[in-house]
Amino acid sequence: MSTSFPPYKSPMPGSAREAAGLPEPSTPRNVPHHGGAENPSVSALRERFPEAVVRSHVMWGETTVFVTVDAVHAIIRFLRDDTAHAYNYLVDVTAVEYRDGDQPLEVVWHLRSLPWQRFLRIKVALEPGAALEVPSITDLYAGADWIERECYDMFGITFAGHPDLRRILMWDTYREGHPLRKDFPLRGRFSRAEQLSQALSIDSSGNYTMNELSIAEAFNDLPEDMKQRLRGALGGPSPEGTSPEADKEGKQ
Amino acid sequence: MSRRTIEMAVGTAGLDAMGRPIRAPLSVRERGGLAVEAPYEPDMEGDHMLINIGPQHPATHGVLRLVLELDGETVVRCVPHIGYLHCGFEKIGEYRQYNQIIPWTDREDYLNSIGNNVAFVLGCERLFGIEITPRCTVLRVIAMEMSRLMSHLVWMGTTCIDIGAFTPFLWLYQERENLYNLLEGWVGARLTTSATRVGGMAADVPDGWMDGLKAFIRNFPKTLDESDRMLTRNGIWMGRTVGIGALTAEEAINCGLSGAMLRASGVAYDVRKDFPYLDYETYDFDVAVGTSGDVYDRYLVRIEEMRQSIRILEQAVQRLPDGPVNVDDPRVILPPKTNATSQMESMIHHFKLVMEGPRPPIGEVYVPVESPKGEKGYYMVSDGTSKPVRWRIRPPAFVNLSAIPRMVEGHLLSDVIAINASIDIVMGEIDR
Repeated sequence: MSTSFPPYKSPMPGSAREAAGLPEPSTPRNVPHHGGAENPSVSALRERFPEAVVRSHVMWGETTVFVTVDAVHAIIRFLRDDTAHAYNYLVDVTAVEYRDGDQPLEVVWHLRSLPWQRFLRIKVALEPGAALEVPSITDLYAGADWIERECYDMFGITFAGHPDLRRILMWDTYREGHPLRKDFPLRGRFSRAEQLSQALSIDSSGNYTMNELSIAEAFNDLPEDMKQRLRGALGGPSPEGTSPEADKEGKQ
Repeated sequence: MSRRTIEMAVGTAGLDAMGRPIRAPLSVRERGGLAVEAPYEPDMEGDHMLINIGPQHPATHGVLRLVLELDGETVVRCVPHIGYLHCGFEKIGEYRQYNQIIPWTDREDYLNSIGNNVAFVLGCERLFGIEITPRCTVLRVIAMEMSRLMSHLVWMGTTCIDIGAFTPFLWLYQERENLYNLLEGWVGARLTTSATRVGGMAADVPDGWMDGLKAFIRNFPKTLDESDRMLTRNGIWMGRTVGIGALTAEEAINCGLSGAMLRASGVAYDVRKDFPYLDYETYDFDVAVGTSGDVYDRYLVRIEEMRQSIRILEQAVQRLPDGPVNVDDPRVILPPKTNATSQMESMIHHFKLVMEGPRPPIGEVYVPVESPKGEKGYYMVSDGTSKPVRWRIRPPAFVNLSAIPRMVEGHLLSDVIAINASIDIVMGEIDR
């Protein structure tokens, strides 16, 4: 953990805003749903990275910029190092997956400029089927380390260049997937409650596919009775070459 | 009787630590004669020891596990392991209506539960496009500052225990008890308050409650001053804290630290000042800033924050206006129970609100507040249904804790406890 610090001067909060003669911040009131003053950094981004900025909008007073995945690292580096923007504080890195599976999964960076007292949201949309990989910004912000690990743990998004990308909240040997993905059941894939609800479900498409179970490498470590139940739900043959029904008869 | 003589290994290779001779092993076969090998002496100088603290250790303030590599007593490497209290709050939030999430916010940072309630509904109200009433604004400020005091009191008390001062712990916990009694009188619960609703509060303060708060505001500074006198110039306290776990301002900003951790390093970043909410810009209070960023400065910053919280509480008590607490908006606020059972329209509103829940328009917000631990923010994404698509907690203690390897490496093992205490972690928030 002895990474060297990227050299930059950290001015005090609000100093640049004061020098520019902008008014002091106050509690936002009657914020419009759409529209309002856009963060001035967006126009600078459009100028500097014309082909990387996809679109931007202001919603509830917060500016969101959609950028391409190739340019996101360069954009964040520019926003951090340019004194006209000075986004020196990383608030958060997270992801949003929508209930509608056709919508892209979005990776979200929340950046904050302490000297300018500004907030900017940067998004990268990963289309369905695209590789869930975005560049890591741990080289820019040391604080991104655990936040990116959590995002990887919960969503399965790979942060390329992260020095130690492993699970953080779930345990290292956890193989059931990534809990905050929408295809992950609320109760967990292998919980008894989930298995019961699957078994009682009349919708046969609700059962697990062999693909899903082969993703779960932990299947082999499961207790034998749970394996049997899963095989029953799949309708596949048990490894001894007998069907689950035959197993039951044999036991009786 | 004959006397048998046995040939034995002769010569000892010196004395051990207890003064007993060390028996030297023979290697007759190899050397072809009587020879003495050098005794085994473990070479400890170059060896590092791995030591495990936690996950169930009183000084880790919860289920934090630290694996430390020690060179003698000096920490060479620190690898924290978290996740023992992971409950999947964010996942559960996707299956709950907005008002149903409020009880979950109690349980993440459980020392600051009413503060989390307020922070969550502030985000919801931005997402719904609601402006709360003036009385509700001031009541929420009172709730936030009481919550900050309660959290800091627990922090200070437990840190005293960690570093070896017992008396202030008892005094401070008594004050915390007074605050919990006040809270119980207001919302009926002490720890898991669930005190807020989207668009207002669960309850207005009862008659006479403000007198209790005023009495607390009068009496609490005495206790704080006494604890201050016990600790701030105490030789043992200073010896355990001064110069320990220091971070520079650049490091602290780059690591994403917030709250007292960041301010102790000399960065005057306070969400109440920089991104105000609940009209905090109209209150007269100062931001405590340290210089050296060590454990001692974090302690001083938190002590000063408690004094400033009392100042804010005094002003809030004076300016508390009369009027309704909840907004007059049937989309989010339940009608009075008498109306719901007697009037058709109110009954429909009641039914729709309970069964379907209030629905915000499509959108997303990130609303940060200054929690006792630092910048806490709720990022909420709505797709127009009554349940959020994504409910993300920006946990300040999680980010603050991630800097612990940087802080403890090079310090002694006993300093790890002081540094860990100075972060003010709550595992419920870190693991969520």
